[in-house]
Amino acid sequence: MFLLSLQMADDALLLGHRNSEWTGHGPNLEQDIAISNIALDLIGQARNFYQYAAFQFNENRTAYEGLINSPAFQQVAENLDEDDLAYLRDANEFRNHLLVELNKGDWAFTITRQFFISLYQQHLYSDLQKSSDRQIAAIAEKSLKEVNYHVRWSGEWVIRLGDGTEESHRRMRSAIDQLWQYTGELFIPADYQEKAVQLGILVNPGTYRESWMAKVRAAFDQAGLVIPESGWTQKGGKQGIHTEHLGYLLAELQYLQRSYPGSSW
Amino acid sequence: MEKQGTIQLESVFQDRIDQDIRIEPRDWMPEKYRQTLIRQISQHAHSEIVGMLPEGNWITRAPSLRRKATLIAKVQDEAGHGLYLYSAAETLGISRAEMIDQLHSGKAKYSSIFNYPTLSWADIGAIGWLVDGAAIMNQVPLCRTSYGPYARAMVRICKEESFHQRQGFEILLTLSRGNKAQKAMCQDAINRWWWPSVMMFGPSDDASPHTAQSMAWKIKRFTNDELRQKFVDICADQVKILGMLLPDPDLKWNEARGHFDFGPINWEEFWQVIAGNGPCNKERIAARVKAHEEGAWVREAASAYAEKQQTKQTAAVA
Amino acid sequence: MKTYITIQYYGDYGDRETAKESSGNLPSNRDWPLWEVFIRSKMGLDHKHVGSLHAADAQMAIENARDVYTRRQEGISIWVVESKNIHASNPDDSASFYDPADDKVYRHPTFYELPDELKAM
Repeated sequence: MFLLSLQMADDALLLGHRNSEWTGHGPNLEQDIAISNIALDLIGQARNFYQYAAFQFNENRTAYEGLINSPAFQQVAENLDEDDLAYLRDANEFRNHLLVELNKGDWAFTITRQFFISLYQQHLYSDLQKSSDRQIAAIAEKSLKEVNYHVRWSGEWVIRLGDGTEESHRRMRSAIDQLWQYTGELFIPADYQEKAVQLGILVNPGTYRESWMAKVRAAFDQAGLVIPESGWTQKGGKQGIHTEHLGYLLAELQYLQRSYPGSSW
Repeated sequence: MEKQGTIQLESVFQDRIDQDIRIEPRDWMPEKYRQTLIRQISQHAHSEIVGMLPEGNWITRAPSLRRKATLIAKVQDEAGHGLYLYSAAETLGISRAEMIDQLHSGKAKYSSIFNYPTLSWADIGAIGWLVDGAAIMNQVPLCRTSYGPYARAMVRICKEESFHQRQGFEILLTLSRGNKAQKAMCQDAINRWWWPSVMMFGPSDDASPHTAQSMAWKIKRFTNDELRQKFVDICADQVKILGMLLPDPDLKWNEARGHFDFGPINWEEFWQVIAGNGPCNKERIAARVKAHEEGAWVREAASAYAEKQQTKQTAAVA
Repeated sequence: MKTYITIQYYGDYGDRETAKESSGNLPSNRDWPLWEVFIRSKMGLDHKHVGSLHAADAQMAIENARDVYTRRQEGISIWVVESKNIHASNPDDSASFYDPADDKVYRHPTFYELPDELKAM
């Protein structure tokens, strides 16, 4: 379940990172604080999942041999910790959905992406609460409380912007157009997710699609927005094949740990 | 006649101040008291908001997940502090929009310290320890300031501010116990932030024209130089724990005074930074203006949506 | 979390009139309306005024109040009232504040391990 934990951690970290780019630059003070809170929640979730992934790795090192090959990571001799996983893997060793790594865009882009992901996480964590893996169930339970709020907050913003001014409506449509092709990946299980399904740890994310879609449609209806015709689905993130955005993000995120190997901060 | 009435009000007002009774928004107050407060509170609010930028720089580059979360929380707190303070100023009859305009147009000032750049991770530590330390020294007495909403905002702020200083010191402490490069990074940050922090207390008392009136009105409770001395005394001890040096060859314990003596302050630099010639003045304001302008369509959309909802509700009732 | 929205009229002259007129016609660069925030904490008996904020509507005001003034404390109740609807005598209420959320320990000063000899921090 190492990869499964890692996948969820990567999603949470990268989206938290993107949202934190708004800190100090939000559309007004109140919303600056709101988006920073969501960033904090997500980074908190990431830490929990990374800690659990590190624990699993340390317990059974040989089983995961060869999975992470970046030279920086290979140099970690002792037990892994959360930061080794976040800071020392290369881009192709990240397992996040492509959706979370895309640049922060404008407020409409940020809100729409948040809404898509939060709705997905709401389904995911609701199921994982009942998972046979008790540690994952506990993290899911704690995270779900936060995610429920993210869904509510971003959903209201989707409606506000969709039904606000002409400009906000236009920006929402453009955000949806850009983001839609990345949503399909949420519902296509990776091999390690399928394995987790077999073990009763995870419910197949493909089963979320219908209910996810219904909730998106409900919000879009209120917002006067339309779900795009289904088109091509961009995927690969969960297998380590990413967009160009991720390399830049990691170059920034990891720079201190990479420049000063083995230091404490 | 009217003049006499005002004089009487003024003496009642001063009486209340002398008795340490808080002035509240609806109480009568001299116009100059109101203006002084607006100036001071809005400057303070602007400082919090502009102050988010130099530290915000390092959110995406923080060296561990714990540091990253902590830094976001800290910078977010500063937004909160700005918000409390803008709200306090609003009770005096100025809107936040007006204050923000004043900041963007350069009419309003903010603390000059935030016009210095954050060049390394250690700067985040130095800001926490020195800049927040100086800020706390300035702010704690303001919890007893005479204007109620300001004092209440300050109580809340001071409570949150303590974590800021501790996280900063902890960053430096970790670096000071690290490898050679980290130690050098730590000393370099202290070297660059020390004097600007000492200047944060403002011009010396003999060059500070507003101090006397502000003290009489209990808007201010200690003079700039008193607070500065206290700050130097505390830091001169704390720096020993870090095993670092403060960049002042004249720093020396003076037994007779019971204080540390310190070297001359470069006031020319201080006034230049205030006048807009600091290393980052233009970038800071440009960043604020950009966020504000790019947020305009968002604010308008939310207002438009709220209006539509209200219209619908009214229509439904009618 | 239970939330309440109340608009309070005290019957002052001009009260209802101003309340009606003000939310129409916002010039584009003006602030969102100002709201007063009242919070009842877990242990608290009554709602207390904690401060104010700007929000476009009541829903947003409640959410902002949660983000700004409670930072995630569970089990609380928030009231928001548009400031223009508040009429008041002169209050001298004591300052009230709430502890940061339980799960955000890094907001607490004691989260930082510092040597005992460090004074005044």
